Amino acid sequence: MSKSLLVISRQAPWSGPGAREALDIVLAGGAFDLPIGLPFLDDGVFQLAPHQDAKAVQQKDLGANLQALGLFGIDEVFACHHSLAERGLTTPASAQPLDSAAISQLIDRYDQVITL
Amino acid sequence: MKFAIAVFCAAHAPSSRRALLFARAALAGGHEIVRLFFYQDGVYSASNSVVVPQDEQDIARQWREFVSAHQLDSVVCIAAALRRGVLNEEEAMRYQRSAVNLDAPWELSGLGQLHDAAQAADRLICFGGP
Repeated sequence: MSKSLLVISRQAPWSGPGAREALDIVLAGGAFDLPIGLPFLDDGVFQLAPHQDAKAVQQKDLGANLQALGLFGIDEVFACHHSLAERGLTTPASAQPLDSAAISQLIDRYDQVITL
Repeated sequence: MKFAIAVFCAAHAPSSRRALLFARAALAGGHEIVRLFFYQDGVYSASNSVVVPQDEQDIARQWREFVSAHQLDSVVCIAAALRRGVLNEEEAMRYQRSAVNLDAPWELSGLGQLHDAAQAADRLICFGGP
């Protein structure tokens, strides 16, 4: 059986290539049918904020990559409730909100963890 | 134990030196390193154009010597490397760039190599990142 991998995404979408590169690990894993979990934590939750205008900051939209998660069989997508609340964001439809205790359990449940 | 080691930071970052020390200790302890994978700014740890002052440690060179001496499987993510201007001869030619700063013992390849290593290893150990 394949080992499961949790990719904790902690960077804002417009702070550099970090958010995109974290997502690329997830999508590559999905392409190999690996069990991957994707929790958004800290500034990473900004990736889930609605109505983003990538063009206004001369960037490429990350939204298409996020929407591709389902196509790649990635359905374990989470958002840290505390991080969302701290930044005044409501819970997005695309991610399941988790409190700190649940995030700890999630990290325990997966075989391997990458934090980016 | 079989280790896969991922490096996400440049040679000048403390975590790159820690990754190198960990890798040395793993081999010294009789463990196996199934692959080293360099991603994000970690691609700079594999660059051979790094120059450091004489009284400082040249971690990029130490990485190169360590990987060569032990003939380790060492992969630099091609997408992350291209974005950051870390190119081997083939890629420099392909994109018509004048500088080549990556050669043996490094191999440029894709993210599948990270997943493959993580699957083959007992432990995936990451260094660097936010």
